[in-house]
Amino acid sequence: MMAAFGVARSSCGLINSFRGSFRLLAQVKCGATPASGPQSHVPRACRWYSVSHLSVKERIEKKRKAALIGGGQKRVDAQHKKGKLTARERVALLLDPESFVETDMFVEHRCSDFGMEQDTNKFPGDSVVTGRGRINGRLVYVFSQDFTVFGGSLSGAHAQKICKIMDQAMTVGAPVIGLNDSGGARIQEGVESLAGYADIFLRNVLASGVVPQISLIMGPCAGGAVYSPALTDFTFMVKDTSYLFITGPDVVKSVTNEDVTQEELGGAKTHTSVSGVAHRAFENDVEALLNLREFFNFLPLSNQDAPPIRECHDPSDRLVKALDTIVPFESTKAYDMLEIIHAIVDERDFFEIMPSYAKNIVVGFARMNGRTVGIVGNQPKVASGCLDINSSVKGARFVRFCDAFNIPIITFVDVPGFLPGTAQEYGGIIRHGAKLLFAFAEATVPKITIITRKAYGGAYDVMSSKHLRGDVNYAWPTAEVAVMGAKGAVQIIFRGKENQAEAEAEYVEKFANPFPAAVRGFVDDIIEPSSTRKKICSDLEVLASKKQVNPWKKHANIPL
Amino acid sequence: MASRGSPRLLDRLLFTVKNPTCRSRCCTLRSRAQYSSSCRPEEEQEETFQKLLIANRGEIACRVIKTCKRMGIQTIAVHSDVDSNAVHVKMADEAVCVGPAPTSLSYLNMDAILNAVRRTGAQAVHPGYGFLSENKEFAKRLAAEDVTFIGPDTHAIQAMGDKIQSKLIAKAAKVNTIPGFDGVVKSAEDAVKIAQQIGYPVMIKASAGGGGKGMRIAWNDEETREGFRFSSQEAASSFGDDRLLIEKYIDRPRHIEIQVLADKHGNALWLNERECSIQRRNQKVVEEAPSTFLDPTTRRAMGEQAVQLAKAVQYSSAGTVEFLVDAQKNFYFLEMNTRLQVEHPITECITGLDLVEQMIRVAKGYRLQHKQEDIPINGWAIESRVYAEDPFKSFGLPSIGRLSQYQEPLDLSNVRVDSGIEEGSDISIYYDPMISKLVTFGATRAEALARMEESLDRYVIRGVTHNIPLLREIITHPLFISGDISTNFLPEVYPEGFKGHQLEAEQRRELLASAAALHIAAQLRSQSILGNLRVSSSVAGHSSWDLSLELGERHYDVHITKSGSIYTVEVDGGRVEVIGEWNLASPLLPLTINGSQRMLQCLSREASGTIALQFMGTLFKVRVLSKLASKLNSYMPEKLPEDTSSILRSPMPGTVVAVSVHPGDTVAEGQEICVIEAMKMQNSLTAVKQAKVKSVHCKPGETVGEGDLLVELE
Repeated sequence: MMAAFGVARSSCGLINSFRGSFRLLAQVKCGATPASGPQSHVPRACRWYSVSHLSVKERIEKKRKAALIGGGQKRVDAQHKKGKLTARERVALLLDPESFVETDMFVEHRCSDFGMEQDTNKFPGDSVVTGRGRINGRLVYVFSQDFTVFGGSLSGAHAQKICKIMDQAMTVGAPVIGLNDSGGARIQEGVESLAGYADIFLRNVLASGVVPQISLIMGPCAGGAVYSPALTDFTFMVKDTSYLFITGPDVVKSVTNEDVTQEELGGAKTHTSVSGVAHRAFENDVEALLNLREFFNFLPLSNQDAPPIRECHDPSDRLVKALDTIVPFESTKAYDMLEIIHAIVDERDFFEIMPSYAKNIVVGFARMNGRTVGIVGNQPKVASGCLDINSSVKGARFVRFCDAFNIPIITFVDVPGFLPGTAQEYGGIIRHGAKLLFAFAEATVPKITIITRKAYGGAYDVMSSKHLRGDVNYAWPTAEVAVMGAKGAVQIIFRGKENQAEAEAEYVEKFANPFPAAVRGFVDDIIEPSSTRKKICSDLEVLASKKQVNPWKKHANIPL
Repeated sequence: MASRGSPRLLDRLLFTVKNPTCRSRCCTLRSRAQYSSSCRPEEEQEETFQKLLIANRGEIACRVIKTCKRMGIQTIAVHSDVDSNAVHVKMADEAVCVGPAPTSLSYLNMDAILNAVRRTGAQAVHPGYGFLSENKEFAKRLAAEDVTFIGPDTHAIQAMGDKIQSKLIAKAAKVNTIPGFDGVVKSAEDAVKIAQQIGYPVMIKASAGGGGKGMRIAWNDEETREGFRFSSQEAASSFGDDRLLIEKYIDRPRHIEIQVLADKHGNALWLNERECSIQRRNQKVVEEAPSTFLDPTTRRAMGEQAVQLAKAVQYSSAGTVEFLVDAQKNFYFLEMNTRLQVEHPITECITGLDLVEQMIRVAKGYRLQHKQEDIPINGWAIESRVYAEDPFKSFGLPSIGRLSQYQEPLDLSNVRVDSGIEEGSDISIYYDPMISKLVTFGATRAEALARMEESLDRYVIRGVTHNIPLLREIITHPLFISGDISTNFLPEVYPEGFKGHQLEAEQRRELLASAAALHIAAQLRSQSILGNLRVSSSVAGHSSWDLSLELGERHYDVHITKSGSIYTVEVDGGRVEVIGEWNLASPLLPLTINGSQRMLQCLSREASGTIALQFMGTLFKVRVLSKLASKLNSYMPEKLPEDTSSILRSPMPGTVVAVSVHPGDTVAEGQEICVIEAMKMQNSLTAVKQAKVKSVHCKPGETVGEGDLLVELE
């Protein structure tokens, strides 16, 4: 199956000219182009092609009406019955009222096999709604697959519509949001459909790091189709009604003899907590779309834009007294890193990414004095906050997103080290851990690091340390920067010696505090936890003009 | 500044810091002036202790330290290891760790506390309330070390500490007592026999008890047996003494107590009464002084009997004589608490005395400074006990957590907050879940009540569930306002359990309008991106919106228009004007709604449109959606919550004491499944339907969190 994606395709130009007349009609209606030469030819051309007696204007209206109801009322009702909204309802809810500007409403599929050429099998706009609009006034391009038309299956025309808005988004520098609800390839079209997927994949890849790309899976998404969301920056899902898998349960049964339901195989729970494919899941379509709006508010429009600075009511110099007592006395006792994050950021507003996956690291977006920041924090509450394969990969991808889109990174460190064990070693913790190291090291956005407690071993280096070009590195008085915990260290340094307890106490006295790092300048300051917000806000103001360039290269070779 | 002027002037000093410009200094001023003082700067300062150890924690430790500081006494705090960061530890001059978290190993650990006394050279120990405050053994051991116990002599503690003995002494001192059995009950059957002799209803209580622990009321033989079992268990775990006694239960009584103060020279005073009738499970919730019910004659009669009793046991220090008062104003002696009471601040408010200071003076051997005729009733004081508990579950089951945000309403005048916690503190399962005592004061009861309402509305507590909804309902309830209360107030007023504030139509409109306006303010803020040229100019300019709001099961169409900071909202057939600053970062949301000031609190605003607002004390969730979103939302499938009748979850964090079922057993509706102990209270969890037990997920001795699955039924 994968081999099919290799089929190259270069017929875009041809198709564009073939469909030219329809697009011009659309423009006339929208008033996007002033009336000029071609306009006068169109009516004549249309009349010539027309088999009905309707005037062009009436035909436009008819097509438009047809486009608006997609696959027809019956299928719309069926969609609602499943607890799903239609493609157009979704777009309307996602975007600011009346801001949607649709493109390619008149595009139809071009398949003539298997009776597809019949008029009853043609739907204006085909199985996807595309266009641009605004979210809180900020530009976004959007495509929304229409399950009511051929189950949202991807035809050549469908793919072409998506490619068009992606190209436009790249030209002006605006994010692309895909609302996926598709049964897969349009089988009647065969290789044309596969080619369409590849066209989209290519654009996903080229747009990666240029404009933010977000996928919201709102229905099935199977087979090759899954790779488009996989290539985008964020994949969100709707609980109970969305699925992502390479092959469905039937094929799984026939190949591996596993009995598995759709939900278990590729439901929201699986992908947000087990596979890490999806970044977050929401209760239903409405909640997902409203949350997507909220999420969008954090993002810059492109890599050429600064992240948005929203009006902020939370004083930037607010002292957070609660933080002075949050780190427990016993260094083995857990606390919740989320509490620190909530207390420090603006209005306790933190949009967590992958909250149910690799919970030993916390990542997400927040604002500091109105400015969007990316937050990375070890979570002592889960597996002591250690770094393992999943948390390294989760962290690395997030850090790279922030770096690509000029979002400052704030890192809270309480890490006892990398997780030991055969499972981790066989799984390749070395190369996966390297991803996080790589991501932090190559990032040139402002980087502020706060060591709240443990920063042990290699994990200390990895977590946005001074040595990886951290701009500002702070330690709380509870910080312990050391090669390892006292017990382990003493067993090595004083192997076989009696009085281990005394040696341990000596080690604790020497290393279980922020001084060894501070005297070497590896942390810039030891700060009162309550002043953390104030310090970060002031540092971010200074770092807003940070300029740092990595050596020229075609691209780096991150250990994938 | 705390000179002894006219009582009126004193009150003003105590409570009035109205000028907003001096707000920053307000706390210092307050802490110095909070309690009135009889120290006369112009006179020679009485010699007192140099070092005093407080054998307690939380608010009472802080409260004692405050007075000590004012008197120039150095303070020593003791604490368990989990309390190392506690406020009382920070406030004290020295602090000594006396053991791990469980009270039996720390705050009740006499050896450790005595060690701390020796180590620090403390000359006196103030025990606060609870813990070792009424432990004669502790007082004895202190005396042996020549350390002053701030409280009565050992024999008074002993005499009054035992309920059976205290009743006999009271009888002898011609104090009115309740008919009952003056002996120890030996068994459940014995209890039934005695109960039948006295006549139902009867009260079964721990002989060594107090604070409502180990107390049960029984209306028949069966309940007597059950009550005997529970009370003896609770008594054993709380006091290490499972002796019980039984007496006549007086229906719909009031609980009114008299504060007494006596010195070591045979002088005793009564400092008026405190009305403590509002209770849940025999624990006080709201107290006031004076009582609306007492006339001067009854007050004097009660006061004089209280003093007789104090004198009969050669009482010294501050103490409290508790009475039950029936509808005919007959009063019966209940018990005497030989310590400082939790609710002592209201007495301080109306009398102008600092009871802790008086206790210290008396312990040092000084004579009382006041005569009975010097004791005034100035104004009215109300105390609300703010607890970390869920009032929707049997008027309050403990809740634990970390106070992620915490602001006391100290910017209001005539407000006193006695607390021992701060933002960031943990409310743990080990100790009493009290957050603070909120005391308001006024020239009249109406004034004090109005201030209490305001204070509760602007009290910010996040991170734990708290009982402010219940407190606010009580103090605004018509029966409470009219003074028509009894100890059965809560179960009588809320027979179905407390369900939060019930909105009237106008209030509902106000709530909906506030939510709608807040939603729009937040929406508009999302569009104000600073310095970004790529925001469409078309977003601005909207000034009216149509929204659809959801509150409870009902939907409301709302039309809202904005002009400056004023929102005009048409909702539910009415028109509401809402004015506010719309600070979206502040937990407090001060609004002017239709011309009147309202303090709301916003707990959360979710992207999905749900806004959690605390309005009239109760938390309401309003979902605000655009018309379109609301229409589309109707297509969304309803997700069924799990069937809770077949699973039993722990309603609170605590320890499993007993599990009465095994998998495969069949339980009847109402049958006990297991017993959870939290904060020294045993709670029996019962089956809501008849079913077979599928699985048991807990075992005795295990610690469980709130919501943990205990037992699954089929």
